[in-house]
This record gives sequence, structure tokens and C-alpha cells, in this order.
Amino acid sequence: MTTAVDLDRLPAIPRDADGPVFREPWEAAAFAMAVRLHQGGLFTWTEWAETLAAEITRAQAAGDPDRGDTYYRHWLAALERLVKAKGAVSDAELHARRDAWDAAVRATPHGKPIVLQR
Amino acid sequence: MGTHDHDHHGHHHDHDHDEQRWSEVELRVKALESLLVDKGLVDPAALDLLIETYETKVGPRNGAHVVAKAWSDPGFKARLLENASAAIAELGYIGRQGEDMVVLENTDRVRNMVVCTLCSCYPWPVLGLPPVWYKSAPYRARAVREPRAVLAEFGTAVTEDVEVRVWDSTAELRYLVLPQRPPGTEGMDEAALARLVTRDSMIGVGEPLRPGEA
Repeated sequence: MTTAVDLDRLPAIPRDADGPVFREPWEAAAFAMAVRLHQGGLFTWTEWAETLAAEITRAQAAGDPDRGDTYYRHWLAALERLVKAKGAVSDAELHARRDAWDAAVRATPHGKPIVLQR
Repeated sequence: MGTHDHDHHGHHHDHDHDEQRWSEVELRVKALESLLVDKGLVDPAALDLLIETYETKVGPRNGAHVVAKAWSDPGFKARLLENASAAIAELGYIGRQGEDMVVLENTDRVRNMVVCTLCSCYPWPVLGLPPVWYKSAPYRARAVREPRAVLAEFGTAVTEDVEVRVWDSTAELRYLVLPQRPPGTEGMDEAALARLVTRDSMIGVGEPLRPGEA
């Protein structure tokens, strides 16, 4: 790409160079969940776009500079909000499952697969 | 899913206490994903396939194919400008969200540039996933307010006699810019032309490569 030379001149617009657009695996997972849930009919794409836009607006109002690097955090927050609104998953379930994964990760020695104890 | 998780999260290993940690956001993603899988709302294999498709198979290559074909096939170009969704579907690229595609042709007089001011609506089936800057608030705001300045920062100088049109994507309507075919490409075939088509040129902020730059 011809863009690399301009990187330092552009504080306002973060650039990439045609590289991977997911910076971490969780971003890809969050992306894929929203697309699959939509394809499965849980929500329309318009509902999703509106929820995501509202989440981004909320984050900006709360002081997020919103330079694109926090985008999938907003994506995840919007997805949690929408699946709860649709009654697919409850807040209590999300918290309990988060704590279960946290405990499972901490209890797993490095190099061993992490599994949930149920 | 256990071994898969470990590969991705090994960097959180704490050497002092021999205890691994995931970040808060990773825990939230994993909690949501495992609940959705348990409830039968998503299929983990389908998630993996989708991620792989968007990460490695789509990219901007589908869009480059569309543009190169339009440059070399006048009949296809006419169909593309008339009904982009149908013409793009001819090549096997089908929108996943049911959105309509519109192709905007750059000319000597008109230059098109695409933005989504609300969030980051983007023509995924042809361009893959959006770049970080496309999702940023500065781009979303400034593309509308001062498009010529933004274009200049992307290295694209637009003279005053050229009209700049900024198109705001929505959940139902996605835009793809058809850049002008670069000079010196006479006689090049579709595959060679496709290698000149950059993602930025299809968003409207850059130019295609010249022969020899690809």
C-alpha cells in the first residue's frame, strides 16, 4: 500500500495497511456472534445497526475518543444489550458464566486446555 | 474448545503465580459465546467458518474482482451501475445482511467517497471487514465536514474543478466506488487489473495502483 508514508502525519485518522482488521481473537468472535445471531433470525440487521450506533454514541458521550480501536468493545456491549433485550440470555446468566470462566482459567495450569467445570 | 482457547490466551500466563488470567472483555465474550452455544442459538463451527471467511477469503479481493471486470467488460460495467447487487451476484458475491449495493463511478469531474457517519456500515461481501480508521470518529465526522482535507491526508489531491460527493452508508444500503482505470493499463487482463485495485480506492479515499506499483 502507498499509505504507510503518511502514518505519522495523521494523528486524527488511525490507519492500517490492509492488514488483519481483527486485532485480537475475541474481536473476531464478537463479530461472528452478531452475524450468526442475525442470520438465525434473533434480530434484524437494522436493529443491530441501531443498537451499535447507540452504544457508540453513549461511549462517545462518556468520553471515549472513539478512534476505532475501541470499536469491538462497543460491538460487544451492543451485542450483550440486544441479546438481553431479546430475552435470549439474561444478565444473571452472563455474570455467572463470566465468573465460571474466570475460575476455570485461573485453575488451569499453563499449557493445559481450559474447561468449564459443570 | 479448550485447546483452542489456550493457544489464544497463553500470553496472559502469570509467571510468578503460575495462574492464567483472561482480560475482562475476553471473559465477557467467552461467557456470551458459551451461553449462546449451550442454548443452540449459534453453532461454534459456523462461527469459526465465518471468522475464517472474513479474515482470509474475502478481504478486498472480491471488490477488486468486481472493479477489474467493470474496467474490462463494458456490458458488466453497465449492469453494475444499473443494478449493483445483481451484477455483483453474477460473480457469486452475495450480501449476507440483505443490504442493497450501489456502485458509484469516479470520472474526471466527480469523485465519490464513502463513509458511515453513525457506525461503520460497510460492504463486507466485497471488501471484507472495515479498516480501523473507517470505524473511527474522526473519519466519520471529517469525511462529511471536510472531505477534501481528508482525501489530501490519504495522499489523494483533488483539484477544485472536481466535485467531491460523500455517501453515507446505512444498514440497508452500501456503497462501492468504481475508481477510474489507471493510465498505461491498456491490454492488461482482468487478473492483472485486479491486482491494481486497492481497498482504499474502493472506499474512495485512494487511487488504484499504477502498473509497476502492484
